[in-house]
Amino acid sequence: MNNKLKIKISVRNLNIYYGKFLAIKNITLDIPERSITAVIGPSGCGKSTFLRALNRMNELLPDVKTEGEVSIDGRNIYSPDVDLVKLRRNVGMVFQRPNPFPKSIFENVAFGLRIQGIRDRERIEETVELSLRRAALWDEVKDKLYKSALELSGGQQQRLCIARALAVQPQVILMDEPASALDPIATLRIEDLMRELKEEYTIVIVTHNMQQAARVSDFTAFFLTDEDRAGMLIEYGNTSDIFTMPKDPRTEGYITGRYG
Amino acid sequence: MVNPRHIFDEEIRRLRTDLLRMGTLAREAVDKSIKALVNRDSSLAEEVIVGDDIIDKMDLDIEMKCMELIARQQPMARDLRVIGTILKTITDLERIADHAVDIAKIVKILADQPPLKPFIDIPKMCEISLSMLDDALKAFVNEDTELARKMCERDDLVDALYDQVFRELLTYMMEDPKAVVRALYLIFIARFLERVADHATNVGERVVYMITGVLKELNV
Ligand SMILES: Nc1ncnc2c1ncn2[C@@H]1O[C@H](COP(=O)(O)OP(=O)(O)OP(=O)(O)O)[C@@H](O)[C@H]1O
Ligand SMILES: [Mg+2]
Repeated sequence: MNNKLKIKISVRNLNIYYGKFLAIKNITLDIPERSITAVIGPSGCGKSTFLRALNRMNELLPDVKTEGEVSIDGRNIYSPDVDLVKLRRNVGMVFQRPNPFPKSIFENVAFGLRIQGIRDRERIEETVELSLRRAALWDEVKDKLYKSALELSGGQQQRLCIARALAVQPQVILMDEPASALDPIATLRIEDLMRELKEEYTIVIVTHNMQQAARVSDFTAFFLTDEDRAGMLIEYGNTSDIFTMPKDPRTEGYITGRYG
Repeated sequence: MVNPRHIFDEEIRRLRTDLLRMGTLAREAVDKSIKALVNRDSSLAEEVIVGDDIIDKMDLDIEMKCMELIARQQPMARDLRVIGTILKTITDLERIADHAVDIAKIVKILADQPPLKPFIDIPKMCEISLSMLDDALKAFVNEDTELARKMCERDDLVDALYDQVFRELLTYMMEDPKAVVRALYLIFIARFLERVADHATNVGERVVYMITGVLKELNV
């Protein structure tokens, strides 16, 4: 990989257990700043688990144990003095299933700002509009901002969640299958958005859609489970290399659809 | 477990067979065109000219099938390289067959004129060029990078023979103005064979790319 890029997130020997089950094993990789890194691999190989480790979301689940190190800008986010609220503001997340709050569209996007103690009405309105525009949702909701977010379609809800993540201006955005509920045009819009966002943000995206990973990402990490069903990193490199000449036969097998 | 890509694999297999069939037709066309030259056989030359339609049609058919597979199957990695290689290779094969036609047309013109000299180097050029093409196609089938690299080296032999033929025919032209037209036609033929070897080299390069993912010129 291009070693001139500045590393934003550095993962070292990461193990994550659910109870006794080792879900991901000894993951070591560096994610460059202002770029899009895609994580691909078959269902259950630990992609979501890995993503959640990057902002300590796994800790919200019962009985999870994390070993190893994840550093952002050189600071280990697992050290005891880390402020979790700040960390998660800094590292936003869009989940596999859209999860809007049962509140109005406006309040969903404004939520993070209110948590931050921002009261300035005008500033909040501006940020909400900008975030909705960037998430390619504004035109569809501008006339019903005070309606419940739960009335939106699945794809609209997903874009709302992206807007919500953008509103607090994180440095890193984690996206878990952000386009799985979107139609092809909305999907391309989100990809376009990601490309725009990477000018300022570092994006890590999990996707089952290989063509999407190939279209949008700069780097691709391929995960696969071993015989104990623990997820491992098999290959990591430039997206163009991974999709035209992968080095590992297991990567080849997966991306050409012959894995298994 | 059943290979989830078995239908796609079957289509690729069929494409590979089509490519080989096209390659065989192209090499036969060149072979026949030079046989027609040596034996002053106009009807064999005509056969080459007429037969080119089949090769042109195969070129288009294979291209369309490749485009369809790309659109419908989104090939990646090795699959993508195989299809890319086939797409490029059919163009080289089509050109090779075109050169056979170019030669055959000259054969028909020369048939009305007395022979200039016995043919030695031109059949040799033909033999080496076609052996290169044969090996390139064999390397494609057997995925043999070594064979592909080796066949490309023989391009130098063909180039050297071309220079030799050129110089020799030039002397004929300088010595006898009545030989000029015939000698020129023979130089064209040598030139076409030299191009056949270049196209065979391209095929060899693509085969190496298909197998290794590394694309570079093997004979510059
Ligand atoms: N909360 C949990 N408790 C126990 N086991 C879990 C939990 N979440 C995930 N796992 C297990 O950990 C492994 C990795 O799961 P994870 O959700 O990270 O996979 P994934 O690669 O994101 O899969 P998918 O592509 O289906 O979303 C799986 O075997 C899964 O069953
Ligand atoms: Mg997941």
